[in-house]
Amino acid sequence: MIRARDLEKRYGRRRVLGGVDIIVPARGFAMVTGPNGSGKTTLMRMLAGLAAPTRGVLEVDVDRAQLGYLAHESLVYRELTALENLDLYGRLYRVPERRERIGMLLERFGLWDVRSDRVSTYSRGMIQRLALCRALLHDPELILLDEPYSALDEEGAELLDRELETLAGSRTLIVATHDPQRLARLATTRIALA
Amino acid sequence: MTYLADVAALTRKDLRVELRARDTLPAMLLFVLSTLVVFHFALPEGARDDAAYGLLWVAIVFTALLGLARAWVPEQEHGVLDGLVLAPSDRSAIWLGKTLATLAFLLATQIVALPAFVLFFAPLGATALAGVVLADIGICAVGSLMAAMAAAARSREVLLPLLVLPLAIPLIVGGVGAAISPEGERYLLLLVLYDGVFAVLSWASFEYVVTE
Repeated sequence: MIRARDLEKRYGRRRVLGGVDIIVPARGFAMVTGPNGSGKTTLMRMLAGLAAPTRGVLEVDVDRAQLGYLAHESLVYRELTALENLDLYGRLYRVPERRERIGMLLERFGLWDVRSDRVSTYSRGMIQRLALCRALLHDPELILLDEPYSALDEEGAELLDRELETLAGSRTLIVATHDPQRLARLATTRIALA
Repeated sequence: MTYLADVAALTRKDLRVELRARDTLPAMLLFVLSTLVVFHFALPEGARDDAAYGLLWVAIVFTALLGLARAWVPEQEHGVLDGLVLAPSDRSAIWLGKTLATLAFLLATQIVALPAFVLFFAPLGATALAGVVLADIGICAVGSLMAAMAAAARSREVLLPLLVLPLAIPLIVGGVGAAISPEGERYLLLLVLYDGVFAVLSWASFEYVVTE
């Protein structure tokens, strides 16, 4: 369960998010929408525990180990390969049967053939797929996805659609998106930021 | 054991990244060697060895600063530090991994720089060498924390020396003292004490540096 009341975030005098109230039940699917600069990324960072609210109450009843976060940036090392990046995160997250899980995700997201190439040689879409693998690697209870469709081609987007369909109902999902139509049928909660 | 495995994985990752990017180590090597060459010509003929030991420490500290300035660049790029901070492992493991990797780079430069110093200037005894290693540990421990703090700032290149140099003064005193004093062991003790205290402080405070 995620509960936020009168959530506000300021950087100095500038208010980037204000007056946000959220209730997302366990295994719910929340879609966060809003124009550029409305605070979607700030909200996602606060939910992930990477930023503290300036005001308000935020309760996220999930342990850090059970949180999967897809950020605006990929959170992967460009000089390492996909395998090396996922292996590092797999170790830090204590993923059981790490190699099998990594192999399965790379296969599923179409990166198996380039698993030993450095990420610096990947296209933006491939990096986004790898970032999704990283976020889902430890099979988290709470999944926060910030603009997950960004940079994905149609095949990648369909792949992600299928992944989200599988996860919906069994995991708590909060997805910030510019394309609400795409997720409308899965979302149980809508959070519209102005 | 899990903590040490995390530290090992993070250190290995840093070494691997550097091995491929070659951003830091060649720059440190070139810097320390060119500094020693400049000092060789700058030091007047017949200058005492004590002056040369002082210059060695100038070279060591600024080479370390160069390495520290680059230390968190791979984590800053593409938000990787957020990914590491979110992992359930103890956050101090990130600091320790970075400290060990920076120490490895600094020691690697000294494998070349110290023989060059002996060639250009003066011999280095066992106490002086022990002083170098102990001071390296201290500067990497404190420097990794300060570099993480500076990395978040816009003027990080200016901020890092301002944060590190005052804290490095006891290390320079200890290092030079170990090289020139007849009671060099006392200075080694100072360095051990410094390393212990500041390593623990850095280890304990890293979490607060990387979280809001």
